[in-house]
Amino acid sequence: MNVIVCVKHVPETAEAEIAIHESGKRIKTEDLVFDINEWDDYAVEEAVLLKEKLGGSVTAVTVGPEDADSTLRKCLARGADRAIRLTDKAFEGSDSYAITKILYKTIKDLPFDLILTGTQASDDGCAQVGVVLAELLGIPHVTMVKKVETMEGLVKVNRELEGGLGEVMEVKLPALLAIQTGINEPRYISIMGIRKAMKKEIKVLSLRDVGLTEEEVGESGSWITVEKMFIPPVEKEAEILTGGVDEIATKIVETLRAKGLI
Amino acid sequence: MKELFVLAEHRQGELRDITFEMLTKGMELSQKINADLTAVLLGHNIKEFAKKLADHAKRVLIIDDARLENFNAEAYQRVLFHLISERKPSLTLIGHTAFGVDLAPSLATELNLPLATDCIDLDFEGEKLVVIRQVYGGKVNVKASLRKSESYIVTLRPATFEAQEPKPQDGDIVKIASPLSEDITCKRFIEYFQPPAGEVDITKADIIVAIGRGIKDANNMPVVEKLAEALGGVLACSRPIVDKGWLPNDRQVGTSGKIVKPKLYIAIGISGQFQHISGMKNSDLIVAINKDSKAPIFRAADYGVVEDLFKVVPSLTNKILEEKH
Ligand SMILES: Cc1cc2nc3c(=O)[nH]c(=O)nc-3n(C[C@H](O)[C@H](O)[C@H](O)COP(=O)(O)OP(=O)(O)OC[C@H]3O[C@@H](n4cnc5c(N)ncnc54)[C@H](O)[C@@H]3O)c2cc1C
Repeated sequence: MNVIVCVKHVPETAEAEIAIHESGKRIKTEDLVFDINEWDDYAVEEAVLLKEKLGGSVTAVTVGPEDADSTLRKCLARGADRAIRLTDKAFEGSDSYAITKILYKTIKDLPFDLILTGTQASDDGCAQVGVVLAELLGIPHVTMVKKVETMEGLVKVNRELEGGLGEVMEVKLPALLAIQTGINEPRYISIMGIRKAMKKEIKVLSLRDVGLTEEEVGESGSWITVEKMFIPPVEKEAEILTGGVDEIATKIVETLRAKGLI
Repeated sequence: MKELFVLAEHRQGELRDITFEMLTKGMELSQKINADLTAVLLGHNIKEFAKKLADHAKRVLIIDDARLENFNAEAYQRVLFHLISERKPSLTLIGHTAFGVDLAPSLATELNLPLATDCIDLDFEGEKLVVIRQVYGGKVNVKASLRKSESYIVTLRPATFEAQEPKPQDGDIVKIASPLSEDITCKRFIEYFQPPAGEVDITKADIIVAIGRGIKDANNMPVVEKLAEALGGVLACSRPIVDKGWLPNDRQVGTSGKIVKPKLYIAIGISGQFQHISGMKNSDLIVAINKDSKAPIFRAADYGVVEDLFKVVPSLTNKILEEKH
């Protein structure tokens, strides 16, 4: 089973202070820590599990600047065989659709049985790349995949719906699966694994190499263009309890008592 | 004739809430651009749905085909490709749900129409369509415009727009012959499944202590277990806790978990992304504990504590135990 997995290098923002860049069109990323997108981490693990079971190879692909190599190294350390990074000044301002065209141009010439992506990226949350890529490649797709069973010429997958409900689908290969968190347990990466991954080559390709024009990428090749970013307006905000830790605890207890909850 | 499409979503014999949320927003937009609001209903044996939708839209387009019985993006895409190519609606609204996420991006690609996903608002500014989206887990909003086109596709985040009671429209129900000529061959729906029920039903609890990724390590669980016990409540959690296997599936609160409505919900170390919020926002009293003052959970809570949970929670547990004695 030859598997291609698409990954994204994203800033960790859940616990970080976020500031909007002067341009108003992006956030300041200088002080943020970047890592592999959470959903992609599960996708890479699933790809490696499939390879270990069935043989074949795993290729990790990303569109991103040189920094994104650390995410590709993580994929290699986890067991990917090859890594490709797609980089060009012209790619700046690309939305998920333009990014997907870049991935498509590269992937269409590679041998594969299965392509895995994450269900969405934690930064823009668009949840588009996998499904658009499948359409461009002319292969079927399934999103929010929580289980993969391989069979002759097809895969049987569990797909997550709302409220705890799921559905089982069969999909003909080659196919694309967008992976949901919790499908597996991404393995611990050993120091040895990281050392080995440092020695592997990362192939870097540009706009010309993938055969696209400047109009097809960046803002001109995108579906949507950012006009401005802003901190969400406050519609309702919690009453913040202040003071020392014990004081705060006392305030909560008083509130709960007043409401008859204790 | 200008039209604005809303794709009705239904599953296991029920129209889903997102359908009515989209119809409400769709009505407002269609009036603005002087278009007819058209509900698009695909499925099998769906007459009852059509009647309901006719109260909310000017017109209901209905395509009944056994191959559309259960949602299958392959079949849905083929039908919608025909329908949208032919009628060229100014806009098609689809839910940003398990259903819409699987369908909208490939449909837009095939039609070569611009798409914006997971939008919390949208509006026509002249000919231009602008949307508001949330990024970075709800910490930042983006205003974006779509590439100019005669037809657009947008997916709407569920539970963002309140569905309004309709002014009965008595819309026309228009049957259209199914454009599906071949069999659906690439993807096959097999069955639905529901995970087995566990020992605790969090939807019935009066007091819920919910934990998120801020708990950091499974070894820290006793910190919150003690609080839940002191309060006589049950433990629930955000998704990452279930993904890591620290609590069972049926303790997850949110869109893909359970919807809860306890008297008290204490959210601890949970950032408050919409998939979580939509499962707990209707709790009577919400207290959030998070060390990040900018965490979106504070926009859903009644009371907030900006502190390290490992300092506040033990103190709170002690105070509650003292109070009870
Ligand atoms: C299709 C789909 C369905 C989903 N369904 C659900 C669902 O049903 N339920 C759900 O919850 N999620 C769901 N998610 C995931 C959701 O998008 C978020 O990833 C998830 O809710 C984040 O969980 P969290 O808040 O625990 O973690 P994070 O977002 O990582 O937040 C952790 C928080 O803990 C705080 N923190 C850290 N350390 C401390 C400390 N010592 N003291 C105090 N605070 C601390 C941080 O400031 C941060 O705000 C779904 C996602 C998708 C794509």
